[in-house]
Amino acid sequence: MSEEEYGSGKREDVKLIIDGKRVDGRALDEMRPLKIEAGLLHKAAGSAYVEWGDNKVIAAVYGPRECLPRHDANPYRAKLSVRYLMSPFASKEEHGRSGPNRRSIELSMVLREALENVVLLEHYPNAMIDVFIEVLQASGGTRCASLVAASVALANAGIPMKDLPVAVASGKIENQICLDVGKEEDNFGQADVPIALAPRNKDILLLQMDGLLSKEELFRALDYAEKMAPVIRDAETSALEKAYARAGEE
Amino acid sequence: MEVMDEIKKSYVTLLLEKGERADKRGMFDYRPIEVKKGVIESAEGSAWVQLGNTQVLASVKFQLDKPFPDRPKEGVLSTSAELLPMANPRFEPGPPDERAIELARVVDRAVRSAEIIDLESFFIEEDKVYGLYIDLYVLDYDGNYFDAASLAAMAAIRNASIPPYKDGALAMKEKGTPLKLSGDALEFTFVKIGDKIVADPSLDEEYARDARITVGICGSNICSIQKSGRGAFKRDELEKIIDISFEKYRELSKYL
Repeated sequence: MSEEEYGSGKREDVKLIIDGKRVDGRALDEMRPLKIEAGLLHKAAGSAYVEWGDNKVIAAVYGPRECLPRHDANPYRAKLSVRYLMSPFASKEEHGRSGPNRRSIELSMVLREALENVVLLEHYPNAMIDVFIEVLQASGGTRCASLVAASVALANAGIPMKDLPVAVASGKIENQICLDVGKEEDNFGQADVPIALAPRNKDILLLQMDGLLSKEELFRALDYAEKMAPVIRDAETSALEKAYARAGEE
Repeated sequence: MEVMDEIKKSYVTLLLEKGERADKRGMFDYRPIEVKKGVIESAEGSAWVQLGNTQVLASVKFQLDKPFPDRPKEGVLSTSAELLPMANPRFEPGPPDERAIELARVVDRAVRSAEIIDLESFFIEEDKVYGLYIDLYVLDYDGNYFDAASLAAMAAIRNASIPPYKDGALAMKEKGTPLKLSGDALEFTFVKIGDKIVADPSLDEEYARDARITVGICGSNICSIQKSGRGAFKRDELEKIIDISFEKYRELSKYL
């Protein structure tokens, strides 16, 4: 997707599909295993941990609380603040740089805007809701894993939402559209299309694309996202149900 | 500003419900476009674009670089954008904010993904490559800096020549050879206001928008997409936007 995510070598040198199977043995329309745990942090109003293939992402929500800086307070709706960051130990490459970079600033923005669509911010005028996302381990598709973690963390914090958004990236690999691109596929593939949807009405909340795609291929990627939306949404709700059951026992 | 925004939003929205835009344009019409190439002699390539009252200057400069360790045989391509405080009262001095970063990265994404510049041809010798730097200066902002900047970047790249490499350095003062390109990549921006979609948003339409989408086209392919804003798009809306982007590509390519 960006300068920070480029891998090594040339894409022609790497075989990504052999006998209809991808490098990790998946079929073209197969998603990596997705595990979600809600409410694992103790101080945050809500939290979620997502393992999606080798991605490990943690999200925490604070608020609604007093808006800072105060001149940002909006009398119509709460301010939603989203911070996406990747840890310096998130990849197999050398130690990375801590803190925000151009990529993380852009991703924080598109994630915030996707979430603003579903969070009922008008319920909390003048307040602020913080979403902190830390990518602890990255393996392709971190923004989608982040969106899933943020959705579950917001719901876990009891913030009212229109829907529980979902996200998954599809890509073009050796001229075929594949669901849920992994790290190598993203590095050496021909296109990457992260998509976030509101599963109830199929609204497109986040859509980015880099690479070269025909119109038909783009819509095949959207087909994949629409097909997986209920599956991801089920994983999100069952994580939340487990967290509530656990809270009930305590 | 918030109060004026709400008033303008309702004005723009009411007009659109009647099928009108404040400047009488059709829903997918672009404002008048003017492109001037080679306006900055000190740069190896440059272009100034006027899109309605939005003005963007793009420059292409080269420097001798080390390749990225993971791409040792390729040159460097880097894009930056400045939303200058002179361009709009809402732009403030200081380091690029998220909007400027988004602009730079979205324009970069189309040029990079379209692979119109052969970065392998920028390889000089072990550990020495050409670096191509695109700088986007938004001088006057009256809506849609994405498309103006994308057009300016493409025109500047088309205008660029590579300085020769001599005695371990780039001979910046000597006449270079024209940069070879395999195509053109251009981006097209649409905003959604209520349930209406318009192309090439004016400033008021930008402030009134619920969602925005920028689509990059190169030949018969899509080479970038960036959706932003808290609104959402429907599948059929996206389909229409892609179709019109291909139409506009044919229309705007002639300005290059």
